Parts: sequence; C-alpha cells; structure tokens
Amino acid sequence: MDLHDFPALFQQKIDSETKIEPLDWMPDAYRKTLIRQISQHAHSEVVGMLPEGNWISRAPSLKRKAILIAKVQDEAGHGLYLYSSCETLGTSREATINDLHSGKAKYSSIFNYPTLTWADMGAIGWLVDGAAILNQVMLCRTSYGPYARAMVRICKEESFHQRQGFDILYTLSKGTDEQKAMCQDAINRWWWPSLMMFGPKDSESNNTDQSMKWKIKRKTNDELRQQFVDMCAEQVKVLNMTLPDQELKWNTETQHYDFGEINWDEFWNVVKGNGPCNKERLDARRKAHDEGEWVREAAKAYAKKRAGKNKHIAA
Amino acid sequence: MQSFIKKYYYGDIPDDVAGSTTVISKEINKDATWPLWEVFIRSKQGLDHKHAGSLHAADAQMAIENARDVYTRRNEGVSIWVVESKYIHSTNPDEAESFYEPAADKIYRHPTFYDLPDAVKHM
Repeated sequence: MDLHDFPALFQQKIDSETKIEPLDWMPDAYRKTLIRQISQHAHSEVVGMLPEGNWISRAPSLKRKAILIAKVQDEAGHGLYLYSSCETLGTSREATINDLHSGKAKYSSIFNYPTLTWADMGAIGWLVDGAAILNQVMLCRTSYGPYARAMVRICKEESFHQRQGFDILYTLSKGTDEQKAMCQDAINRWWWPSLMMFGPKDSESNNTDQSMKWKIKRKTNDELRQQFVDMCAEQVKVLNMTLPDQELKWNTETQHYDFGEINWDEFWNVVKGNGPCNKERLDARRKAHDEGEWVREAAKAYAKKRAGKNKHIAA
Repeated sequence: MQSFIKKYYYGDIPDDVAGSTTVISKEINKDATWPLWEVFIRSKQGLDHKHAGSLHAADAQMAIENARDVYTRRNEGVSIWVVESKYIHSTNPDEAESFYEPAADKIYRHPTFYDLPDAVKHM
C-alpha cells in the first residue's frame, strides 16, 4: 500500500478500532456525515427541552419540579457537549445553530409531538430517553473520538432521566383510576413515535451501509428497535399497563417480541415539518435566540471593557 | 469521492429526504459571538487537570462559571482551568511517525530491557 493512500490508511485505522481525532485526515464524506449526524443530535437535545419545559411550572410537587429542572438542564448540557464535538470538525457554532433556526437542519421528530398531561413527562423519560439511550450507548463506541467522548459523558447522565420517567409512571400506575388512565394514555401516545426514533427499516436500503463501515454506527435501526421493544414489553408489565400494539407477542423461535407495522407515512410527514408542533418548536427556538442577542452582545462588550481596564492597571 | 449514505438513523435525516421546509437565511452577527474556550478539570485533589470539553464564553470568568454549570453538575471537579482555544498549539498527526521516531529504538529506557539474576527478587 502506498504510504500516501490516505483513504486506505483511514479505513485501516477504523478497522483496527483506532479512534479518529479532529486533526487526522478523514474523507470528506465521513466529515460531512458526522457534522450532519452530530448537529442533528445536538439540535435534538436542545429542542428536546421544549416539550418538558412546558411542565416545569405545573409539576405536581416541589420534588418533581426540582427533578424536572435538573433533567432539562442536563439536556442543555448534552446539547453543548455535542455542539462542541461538532465544532471540532471545522464548523462554527453560529452556523450550526443557524441551520436549525433556518429549518435546514433537522432534529429528532419525536419532539414535534405535544406534551398534554403530566404523565407525558413520565412517558418521555421512560420511552423517549429509553430509546435515545440505546442509540447513545452504541455511539459511545463510535469511531470519531470527540463524539464518542461526548456520548460517554451523556450516557452517564442519561440513566437518571429514564429512571425518573419510569418513577413518574410507576407512581401514577399506583394511583387513582384517573391517574392510571392518564398513565395508559401517555404510553399509548408516545409508544409509536418512540419506535420511529430509530429511523426507517433496514430493508429500505439495499446499499452497503457506509456509516456501519466507518463504524460511526455499530448497530442497525432494526437491531436497536428490536432491543427497545424487548425491553419495554417486559417493563410495561411492572407498570400494569399495556403497549398499544395488538400484534405484540413473544416469539419463542426468535426469542424476541414480534410487533406491528409502524406508520411510516406519519414518520415522513413529521420529518417534513407537518407534525403537530414543528412550527411551535422552531418558533420557540428562534425567539429565545433572537431575544438573547442583546445579552450576548452586552456580555462581549463588558468583557472587552474589562480587558481594557486590566491592561491599564498592568501598565 | 463517492457518495454512499443511503441509510439513515435516528438523529441523521439526509437533506434530500428532509422535506421542503422554508429556509430563512440569517446573517451571523459577529458582535454577538463569543470565543471558544477549552476546559480542564481536576476531579480530586492529587490528580492532574484533565481536558473535559469546550464551550463559548465572553471572558475567562464566564468560561469558568459556565464550565462549572456544564461539566461539574455532579461533583466531577474541585478545580477548573479554562484557556481560549486559539492559544492551544498542537503536534501535527501527519508527522507523528517521524516526530516520535527518536523514542522508538531506545528500548533500554524500559526496565524490562534488563535481565536480572533470580536472586534479586524486587527491583
């Protein structure tokens, strides 16, 4: 092999499980894929704060409120870890955020569904964060160093999110008939969108999957989705609730749960911007960013002034 | 360069299937952007500061406070260093082979190079 055969050397590194670091040579398409994936992931964390933020002021107790605030704060942190790792690929933070606000960049469709009751906080924690965790645990071993490190940090914090969600649902499931109904209703509404979080079926593509070859991803959508279904089908029994799928049943042959067909029309519709809350979410993000502009300017002006003052003292 | 991303995953919807959302382009206001800082955290007394990540902040004071909020929410640190990223200098990975070459052939620097008589038990 030619010493300057960069693509071959790159693939060799990937194959031998050597992480790729920011200054290393990498194919343009690898960089582009990562920028798109990491930024969409970051946007998902940030937009993900909105449906939950909706319930901070209406949490049923001070304890629940404090926990929810801590969780939402974590999501902001996760967004930052991811934006930072995206920046190591040579994009600017402002441009990345602008792409979200302009509608060019996407975020996980799940956050375009409304949070109608308190039980939705439980369902989001248990199902949405549960699905995210499966994806993120896999990404801890992704081939790009900064992304993998951000994921390790995120996964450490994320398990509290899932547990607090389950805890909310568990408490409701032990409550009054109304509370039980609220719990079941939230599970019914969040179940299918959570399954969609893993993306289209593997059979949708017959091409070699470059993301797997580059070890950006290490499991296919269907593998992760199956893992999720198997996990939830068991956990829902503890809640004494059901998952809204008539076809869900244990398959002794495959040793997995069989489940029904996902409504892919709904999935693509929401991706394309026609979900219940797409517009509301983006408007909220833009408003927050625009209204914060004077704060960013003022902080910069203040820093400049203070730096000037210190120079004067030193002289 | 071939383009081969045909399959998409959670958090990775390609542009060509992402629909035709109206794209509103916006100028970046340079006056409102803050520089990038690298954050180093000492997790407990007696250990080195270790790189934790990066963030944007208007000045060092804000960088330290933001680093506290982002990187030490669960008591991960007892001391924080921040330095503006532009002041970090680095080796070039493309030159790594020749750059570190001088260390490669000096195996006598390692204790395992020396065969000790069995009589010497611990050294």
